[in-house]
Parts: sequence; C-alpha cells; structure tokens
Amino acid sequence: MSVLAYLVAVWLLLVGIYGVVTSRHLVHLVTCLAVAQASTYVLLLAIGYRSGAKAPIFGDIPQSTPVVDPVVQALTLTDVVVSATVSALLLALAVQAHKRFGSVDPDELNALRG
Amino acid sequence: MALASLAILVPLCAAVLLAATTSLRRRRAADAVALGAAVAVLGLCLALVARSSDAPIVAWLGGWHPRHGVALGIDLYADPLAAGLAAFAALLTVAGLVVSMQQVDTASHLFHALVLTCLAGMVGFCLAGDLFTIFVFFELMGVSAYALSGFRVSERAPLEGALNFAITNSIGSLLLLAGIGLLYGRTGALNLAQMGVAVAQRPPDALVAVAFALVVCGFFVKAAIVPFHFWLADAYAVAPTSICLIFAGALSELGLYGVARVYFTVFSGALGGHEEAIRDVLLVLGLLTALVGGVMCAGQRHLKRMVAFATVAHMGILLCGVALLDSAGLAGVAVFVVGDGLVKAGLFVAIGALEDRRGSVDEHRLFGRGRGLPALGALFGVCGLALAALPPFGPFLGRALIEDAASHRGLDWVAPLLVVASALVGGAVLRVVRTVFLGRGAKPPPSRSAGADEAGEDPAERERPARAPVVVAFALVGLGLAWGLVPGLVDAVSGATAHFVDRPAYAAAVLRDASPHVPSVASKGPGVAAWLYGLASAGLAVVVASVRTVPEGPLRELHSGRVGDYVAWLATGAAVVAGVFALTLG
Repeated sequence: MSVLAYLVAVWLLLVGIYGVVTSRHLVHLVTCLAVAQASTYVLLLAIGYRSGAKAPIFGDIPQSTPVVDPVVQALTLTDVVVSATVSALLLALAVQAHKRFGSVDPDELNALRG
Repeated sequence: MALASLAILVPLCAAVLLAATTSLRRRRAADAVALGAAVAVLGLCLALVARSSDAPIVAWLGGWHPRHGVALGIDLYADPLAAGLAAFAALLTVAGLVVSMQQVDTASHLFHALVLTCLAGMVGFCLAGDLFTIFVFFELMGVSAYALSGFRVSERAPLEGALNFAITNSIGSLLLLAGIGLLYGRTGALNLAQMGVAVAQRPPDALVAVAFALVVCGFFVKAAIVPFHFWLADAYAVAPTSICLIFAGALSELGLYGVARVYFTVFSGALGGHEEAIRDVLLVLGLLTALVGGVMCAGQRHLKRMVAFATVAHMGILLCGVALLDSAGLAGVAVFVVGDGLVKAGLFVAIGALEDRRGSVDEHRLFGRGRGLPALGALFGVCGLALAALPPFGPFLGRALIEDAASHRGLDWVAPLLVVASALVGGAVLRVVRTVFLGRGAKPPPSRSAGADEAGEDPAERERPARAPVVVAFALVGLGLAWGLVPGLVDAVSGATAHFVDRPAYAAAVLRDASPHVPSVASKGPGVAAWLYGLASAGLAVVVASVRTVPEGPLRELHSGRVGDYVAWLATGAAVVAGVFALTLG
C-alpha cells in the first residue's frame, strides 16, 4: 500500500508539471497545477497512514485505539486552502485575459520577452 | 513576548479592516491606516531587535510550552537577525506606502490590504520557528505578492507577469511542501529545533538529502536563483513602483533567509560532514546567478527590467555568501541585504519618478530627455556607483565581507567573479546616466519597439509630477550609502550571525527554555584586497557604461516570457539539485 501511494504522488507531480509545461490554455494550465498540488496531499496522507488504524477522532473510540496521524491531515487541509487560493487567483487572471485580450493561450499574451 | 505576535497581528487586523471597508472609498483614511500599521510593525520589529540583542526571545503561541524537551506547540523565535530582517521589510513597506499615496492606479483599499497582508507574511516568515508555519507565511506573502504584481490587471504585461509569477512560485512552494512532508515523515516533528535534534540522531541518507534539496529548491524559486529565476524580471518589471521596491529589496532576500534558517536549525548537524559538497553546489549556483543576472541587466533598455535583473545578480552574490555556511559569510549577506536593498529600492522609486516626468521607462525613447532633471540624474549616478560596490558605502561593505569570508576559506577566485557581476549591474545604471541624463553616445533609431519595452507606461507627460517619491528615493539611497558607515555595525552583525549559525544554542533556547547569550564578536572590517576589489568594480562599471551594447549571446532568447519554458527549467533545476545532493550526501 504505502509504496503505491508514494508512486502515485510522484506520478501526479510529474504529469501535473508536464501539463503546465505543455499547456496552451490557461484554465487547463490551472487544472494541471492543481493536479501537481494534489501530489502533496497524497504524499502527506501517505506519510501519516497506518494500516488498520482508525480516523483520529476520539469521541466514540477508546483512547488506546491506533489512529492515523492527525498532524498530516491538518497540514493537508491547510494546503488545500492555500491551493484553492492560488487557483482562484489564477482563474481570476485567466478571466481577465479572456475579457480584455480575447485569448487564454499563455503563448499569445506575449508582452514580456528578453 | 507579545511583541512578536503583535508584529504579525497588527498588519493582518489592519488588512482585514481595510478589506472590509472597501466600499467606503476613503483614499486618505486607507493611506493613514495602512501607513500607521506599517510604522507600528517597524517599531515593534525594532523593539524586538533591541530586546533580543542579548538573548533571543521565544514566544509560544497559546502558551503551549515544550515539555521534557518535546515541542508540540508553535513558537515564534526572534533573534537580532530575524527581527532585523523583519524590520527591514517593514521599513521598505513604509517607503512603498508613502510612494503609493501619490499614484492614481493604487487608489483602492484592497491595494493597502494586500500590502499589509504581504508584510504580515514577511514578518511571520522571519519569526516563525516551525517549518509548516514558515510554509504558511511563505504562501501568505507569496499569494499577496502575485496579486500585487498584477494589480494593474487592465494591461497586458502586468497580467502576464502576475501569471508567470504565480504559476512558477506555486510549483516552488509545492516542492517546499513535499520536502517538509518528507522531513516530517523522518522526524515526526515540525518545530525546527525538534527536527534538528531528530535529524542529527541518524547518519544522513538519501531521504534527508532529497528533502533538503526540495526545501532548498522551493526557497530558490522565491530567491530567483538560476535556473529558477525566469519569472522575476517579468513580475518585478510590471508591478507598480511602490510594490517593486518591496519586492526587490526584501521579498527575494527572504527566500535565501529561509535556506539559511532551515539549514542552520535542521540540517547543519546531520549534513555537517558534507559541508564541502553543499558549499560547492551553492557556490556554483550563486556565481551562475550573479553572472547571468549581470549580463542580462547590462543588456536591458527597459529600466525596471534592468533593476529586476540587478536583483537577480545580487541574489547570486548573496547566495555566494550563504554558500560559505559560516557566520562570517552570513554577516556579509546581512549587511549586503540592507545596503543593497535600500539602494535598489531608491533606484526603483527614482525610475518611477522619471516615468512620471517623462512618460517612459524605455532607455532608447528617453534618450537625452533627462537633461532637465539634474537631481534625478545625480541620484542615478550615485546608485550606479553604489551598486558597483564603490567603497565605503553599504553594498560595498556587504560584498567585501562576503569576499573576505570566501578568501578566508581559500576560495580566492570568488571575489573577481563577484566584481564582474557588480560592475555589469553598476555599469548598466551608469549607462542610463550617460544616455538618458547626459544624452551622450549614438542616438538609437527612433521606433524599435520590443514587447515589454512599451509596457506599463503612460505616454502623456504629467502636468505636476509628485514630489514625495523623489524625497523618498533620496532618503532610501542616502540610508543605503550611510549603512556602510555605521560604527560598530560589523561587530553587531557578526555577533548576531554567530548566534544564528549555532544550532545547539537555538535548540536549547527553544526546547529547554535556556537563554543563550548572543555573543559579542570583535571582527575586522574589510581587508585591503576587498577595498581594491571595490574600487576595481566601480572602475570596471564606468568602462561597461561607456560600451554601447553588452553581448548576451543566446541568454536573451532563454528568457522567452513563456511560463511553460520557465516551469521546465524549474523542474530540470530541481531534478539536478536533488540528484546531486542524493548522490553526494546520501
């Protein structure tokens, strides 16, 4: 299980970055970025995973029950919020690009060079 | 104790207040609130510097103190270096807000709110004692910086600059987070001191090496180290002037601060045996960055882009200082950050003032049109000489300390290369004095437009240009020059850096509630060789200024403006750094 999760994390990172590098559409690019960011969620959750353990909520289970690490889950949650912020900002910029310049191809913006 | 928390809370609360009152549209009130908050942060950080000058201040949020040497809570750690860097960021923010008061395009409460959020992020980043908290503040300043760089979103160039900035830096921060995750998996801790203790217990292996590489590469993206640097010129050249000065003076430098902080609290024990290998990698990257930045800077005719590449070159010089991995090198870095940051910030404001008066930031279109502005011209000249490290001013002192620290380690070949980088940067600025303000040399052909060179300008000359920015520019540059002449500065900074690199003292202060003394060090000023290097680079800068064009070769084509290319370079660079570290350190 655990090796597979790490491989998935690496795979998501690689395909996400490949997508960002080759993308010709800003919305597609932002989605690829989200895929790459998802690799960190998988990585963090895999690090805290214990097979056979329960969710770390002690309301109705004895204190001695093995649970998965709640810290990485908190980190993942924070990271999701951060990623959502970045995606929202990028999508807002994409909307502006479409509205004002009629293009969402990052290669066609082309104001900066050299 | 409350000082450190307040320094982060005050700007955040003010930012929330400003964002909530956007509909009121009270420009003056927003200016006053934002400026008041920034000045308060500056005061709080300066108080922290004074209070921590004997022993560092550790504040545990919510009172979650460590028990039996195990930290579960989150701490803020203020030593003179961290608090000093936070104070410097606050000072530049104050200057930026003063400059922005006169600008029409920043008349929104949201602008002020973003500036203060960015400031809170920078201060929190400096003071955080927990790696994940560092990441959160890193993102906070990052995201507000993306929004600020694209603030004039109705134009093409700021939009593209902000996109490139946000996309590349997001990938950088996900590398950083992956590194943090791996380290947490190994150590079970997020507190820097706790991690350092846990990492040092075992001999380093490939996991620690890769985690180190990921963290370092994540910070390098923000610090604009070659080949992670491509986004910087795009973002800094298009941001409003008031933001450029904060970015160029403080934001990039914080990336390197992150590298130094994490290395000296977490890794220096475990990887201490491999110092040579790490030093070689960082030195190569630093020199490459300094030279690439210098050559690109000398080749620019868009003035803001020129200073942006000057920032890249100087980040390379700073990385060379960090790469020495000792207190002496870091002392040079700390002095250079402030001296160079102030001069560069002043230069950005001066370029903004020139744009106000002549309606362009393009060197060719401005040719000879600066003749009626002797004060600004003189300021450009002084900046050029100071950036070329003319003794005895601030940038010179910092670079000289780095050079002395390098030759102390037997790395005598570093200094001449830094001289070339400084001379290219200073020479580019001096060339602007020659062409724009003196109108000497061949007049360029009139209508050769090249993409970004036309961007971000208001072609109409303003009737009554604002005076305040010129005053701010002179004040910033004056401070930067005077920084090299402060008596006792080198001793104080050396003491602070000697504490900064002391991992056991850091761990004792955080985990065992000890209060280690910040040592007082009696250091020598720059040696004779450093003075000669300073004079040489100033002289060489004058030569560079008189040359018409600097050959760039294929370098310019690499800066394609395509975000896909930038990310490809970033990924390649990260893979190479991780591979080298895994092979040599694991």
